[in-house]
Amino acid sequence: MDIPRYWRLRHQRYHLEGARCQNCGQQFFPPRAVCPICKKRKIQPIKFKGKGRVYSYSVLYQPSERFEGQAPYVVAIIELEEGVKLSAQLTDVDLDEVQIGLPVEMAVRKIYEEGESGPIVYGYKFRPLQF
Amino acid sequence: MQKVMKPLREVGIVGYGAYIPRYRIKTETIARVWRGEQAGNQLPVKQKSVPGLDEDTITMSIEAGKNALQRAQIEPQKIRAVWIGSESHPYAVKPSGTVVAQALGIAPSNTAGDFEFACKAGTEAMQAAIGYVGSGMADYALATGMDTAQGRPGDALEYTAAAGGAAYIFGPAAEAVAVLKGAYSYVTDTPDFFRRNYQHYPEHGNRFTGEPAYFHHIRNAAQTLMDELNLKAADFRFAVFHQPNQKFPQKVAQDLGFKKEQYQDGLLSPEIGNTYAGSSILGLTAVLDKARAGDLILVVSFGSGAGSDAFCFEVTEKIEQRRQAAPLTGDYIKRARFIDYNQYARFRNKIKK
Repeated sequence: MDIPRYWRLRHQRYHLEGARCQNCGQQFFPPRAVCPICKKRKIQPIKFKGKGRVYSYSVLYQPSERFEGQAPYVVAIIELEEGVKLSAQLTDVDLDEVQIGLPVEMAVRKIYEEGESGPIVYGYKFRPLQF
Repeated sequence: MQKVMKPLREVGIVGYGAYIPRYRIKTETIARVWRGEQAGNQLPVKQKSVPGLDEDTITMSIEAGKNALQRAQIEPQKIRAVWIGSESHPYAVKPSGTVVAQALGIAPSNTAGDFEFACKAGTEAMQAAIGYVGSGMADYALATGMDTAQGRPGDALEYTAAAGGAAYIFGPAAEAVAVLKGAYSYVTDTPDFFRRNYQHYPEHGNRFTGEPAYFHHIRNAAQTLMDELNLKAADFRFAVFHQPNQKFPQKVAQDLGFKKEQYQDGLLSPEIGNTYAGSSILGLTAVLDKARAGDLILVVSFGSGAGSDAFCFEVTEKIEQRRQAAPLTGDYIKRARFIDYNQYARFRNKIKK
């Protein structure tokens, strides 16, 4: 990820900042400038609580270059308590623990390092509810 | 000269949070690789914590900071300083504190910076936070001690170098779960342990790390603080010391006149190893999890190089309501997922590709 993009998306990546349409109430993540339901531009930022369930998932054994060394790992679609779905890596989990419906919570983790000398990219992942 | 350090404005801990990664390796597992049939001989701790592939001092400081915020029950933006003490900051140049401040919702109206003083970098940040709040420059300041410590494969440090730490939000005494009664810092130039620029693993002075380093500094810091406050060992319900292994903190506690029931609750190294800048202050979280109003707590760090910070806190009745607002340190210790040496070598980037 290039540095300007990483910087621009930091609120989304660190605390799940999405958006809510003030006209129809639709919520979305990532945030949008125009509501895809009612087409209005009355958009307000909101922070999602970061709790949800695994809606679906897949285990990756052949990752792209940036994620080399992490495989095998799980990428899941998470359905947040607020009803919004997003995709994220799962962490702190064994492969055989993962199942549809697993309650999860968001954590900020290292996503990847841009080589030996580039920036370290942090962002949201999800893990099974801890305690 | 008055030696005890105390701010003009009364200050205390308004929120505290622990974090320990879930992975553990038994020291027997490490010893089997390097010591063969002598594997069971004199291991310094039972097991140690290991960070996951995607964890570092920044991510773990965010975890502990979230827990501290939940207990403090304040708006994050009221915190005016974010200071992270560690010897494993992910960047050589770029503060860990800015990422943590942003992720915790504290930024942008705050100072942020990283402290470095081997295993006492966390308490160094705490001293600064006490002064910052105590002077009236800020109402709240966040001080964290966190490490993902590295030990050279086969070296004595590999058996103990662990991961974890704690975050403390300091604020006005009236809101505190534990009020600072006094602090004292003791520092000399003692080269017992160090890591040069661009080196991956630290060097240490073997037995020299004991008497002239660990014991000398902790004894002086603890005894001076107790003398200045007219307190003796028996006045404290809890005493917590830096924990590079399980033997040193018990010996120094006994030398200072403390009994097992005073130091055992804060002694975590047998279960998680040495979390370096997080070590003594993680022990303090475990003690706060059990403390009652009126208890006195002594906590003394040690950082190679070398020095000790000693603090005396008096617990308030606010602890009862706040401690349940975040996971207890014992919860983190219990969630142990054991790994073998192969997984450990992968997690700690010890395999040459």
